[in-house]
Amino acid sequence: MEWVNAVLQGALLGGVYALLATGLSLVFGVMRIVNLAQGDLTILAAFVAVSVVQLTGLGPIEALALVVPLMMGLGYVLQRGLLDHSLGRGVLPPVLVTFGLAIVIQNLLLSIYTADTRGLNAGAIETDSIRLSPEIAIGVLPLLTLIVAVAILVGLQLLLSRTGLGRALRATSDDAQTATLMGIDDRRMFAIAMAIALGTVAVAGVFLGIRTSFGPVDGPARLIFAFEAVIIGGLGSLWGTLIGGIMLGVAQGIGNQLGPAYPVLAGHLLFLLVLAFRPQGLFARRQERQS
Amino acid sequence: MTLLAVEQVSSYYGDLQALHQVSIEVPEGETVAIIGANGAGKSTLLGMIAGLVRARSGAVTFDGRRIDNLASHERVRLGVSLVPEGRRVFPSLTVEENLLVGSHSKRRGTWDLEAVTELFPILGQLARRSAAVLSGGEQQALAIGRALMAQPRLLLLDEVSLGLAPVVVSQLYRALPRISEAGATVLLVEQNIDRALAASDRVYCLLKGRIVLAGRPQDLTRQHITSVYFGI
Repeated sequence: MEWVNAVLQGALLGGVYALLATGLSLVFGVMRIVNLAQGDLTILAAFVAVSVVQLTGLGPIEALALVVPLMMGLGYVLQRGLLDHSLGRGVLPPVLVTFGLAIVIQNLLLSIYTADTRGLNAGAIETDSIRLSPEIAIGVLPLLTLIVAVAILVGLQLLLSRTGLGRALRATSDDAQTATLMGIDDRRMFAIAMAIALGTVAVAGVFLGIRTSFGPVDGPARLIFAFEAVIIGGLGSLWGTLIGGIMLGVAQGIGNQLGPAYPVLAGHLLFLLVLAFRPQGLFARRQERQS
Repeated sequence: MTLLAVEQVSSYYGDLQALHQVSIEVPEGETVAIIGANGAGKSTLLGMIAGLVRARSGAVTFDGRRIDNLASHERVRLGVSLVPEGRRVFPSLTVEENLLVGSHSKRRGTWDLEAVTELFPILGQLARRSAAVLSGGEQQALAIGRALMAQPRLLLLDEVSLGLAPVVVSQLYRALPRISEAGATVLLVEQNIDRALAASDRVYCLLKGRIVLAGRPQDLTRQHITSVYFGI
C-alpha cells in the first residue's frame, strides 16, 4: 500500500513538471530557442509571489492572479527587448543569451532577497488530505496542483487548435518566414508564445514554492526536471508532456520510497532509459517538423 | 494606372549581388511575367517585392506608396501576397487551416473558403487532411488559395510549375483568368517561356540580375527571346 501511495503522490506532482515542460517546449517549438533561464524564471515567479503575498496579504494561490499576468508581461518584454535580437544568427546566440539571463536572475534574486531559502505558506490546504482507503490518502494541495495543471494544458490545447491566434502560432512554428507572407507578425507571435510560456512557468513556480522551500540559485535544478519531462514525453505534444511529467513524478515517488537519497536519481534514471531506447520521446509527433 | 513600380533596385543574396538596378512596372489589372534562366534573380525580385529580401538601393512603390521599408507582414496588409517558390504550405496544419491562416490580415474582399474551394475543388475534398500529405500539385493549389485568402491586389507567383507534371500545371494556369477577373493583378515568375507568353500581357526577361528585354508577347519574336534568355 505504501507503494501505491508513492506512485499516487508522484503522479500528482507530475502536473507541475508538465507545466514547466510546456513552457520549455512551447518556446522551443515556436522560436527554436532552448531557454536555459526557464528554471530561474520559475524561481523568480516564486519570489515574486513572496513579495505579492507580503504586500497584499493574499494567500499564495490567490496571488497567482497577480503573479501570472506579471510574468506574462515580463515574457512579452523579454522576447521583444532581448531575445528577438539574438535570433536569426544560428542556434548559439539565443542559448548564450538565456544562459546569461539565468545568471542575471540568480544574482538579482540574491541581492534583493538574500541567500535565505523561502517558502510560500498556503495555510491549511497544505496539510488537508482526502482519505481514499485506510492506508491511502491524497493531499488536497497535490490534487489541486494536478487539476490546475491539466486545466491549463487543456486550455492551451484549445487555444492552439481552435482559435485564429493558435493557428497563427502553429503556422509560425512550422515556418516563420512563410507566416509573415500571411500577414502574421512573427515577432509578435514570438512575444505571445514567451508570454504564455512564462504564464505556465509562474503557476508551476508558485505551486512548487508551496510544496518545497526554495532559494535564489535553485533554478537550474528545476530546469533539469523540465527538460526531462519534455524528453520523456516527446517534443511537440502537450499530452506527451503531461504524461512525461507524470512519469517523472512517479519515478521520483518510487525513488523516495526506497530512501531519501533516491527520488532525484530515480527520475534521472528513467530519463536516461528513455534517452537510450526511445530518444524521440514516448509520444513524439510522428512527422518531423521543418526547421 | 501603375500598381507596382520597381525603380533601380539592387539586392544582394549573401555577398552576391542578385539584382542590378532593376526597374519594372506592373499596371493594375494586367498579368506580367518575368522569365529568365536559373539563377537570373527572378525569385530574388519577387522576394524583394514581398519584403523577404531587402533592397539595398532603389525604390518599390505600390499603389503610389513607398513600401520598400515595410516588413513583409505589413505589405500583406496593403494587398501584396507572395506564393513562394516550393509552395511552403504549413505541414502541421490541415488544408482548411492553411487557408484560414491566409486570411490572418483580415483584409476584406471576395475570396473566402467557398470561393477558393470553388476555384480548386480538390481543396474542398481534402479540407480536413494534413497539408503535409498532399501531392505537389495539390500543395501548389493550396499555396495559391492561401494567398488569395489575403485578398491580394497584387499576387506574386513564384515558379508555379516547378517540379509538376505539365497536365497539373495547365490546370493551375487555367485558374489565372478567374483570379484576374476577381480583381488581382498578377506578377509571375516562370522558367517555361511558352507558358509565360501565353498567360501574360507583358514580359520582362532577366539575365544575371539585369532586365535585358521587356515587351508585349505579340511584339516579341521567339528567336529574340531565346537569344536574350541564354545571353547569347
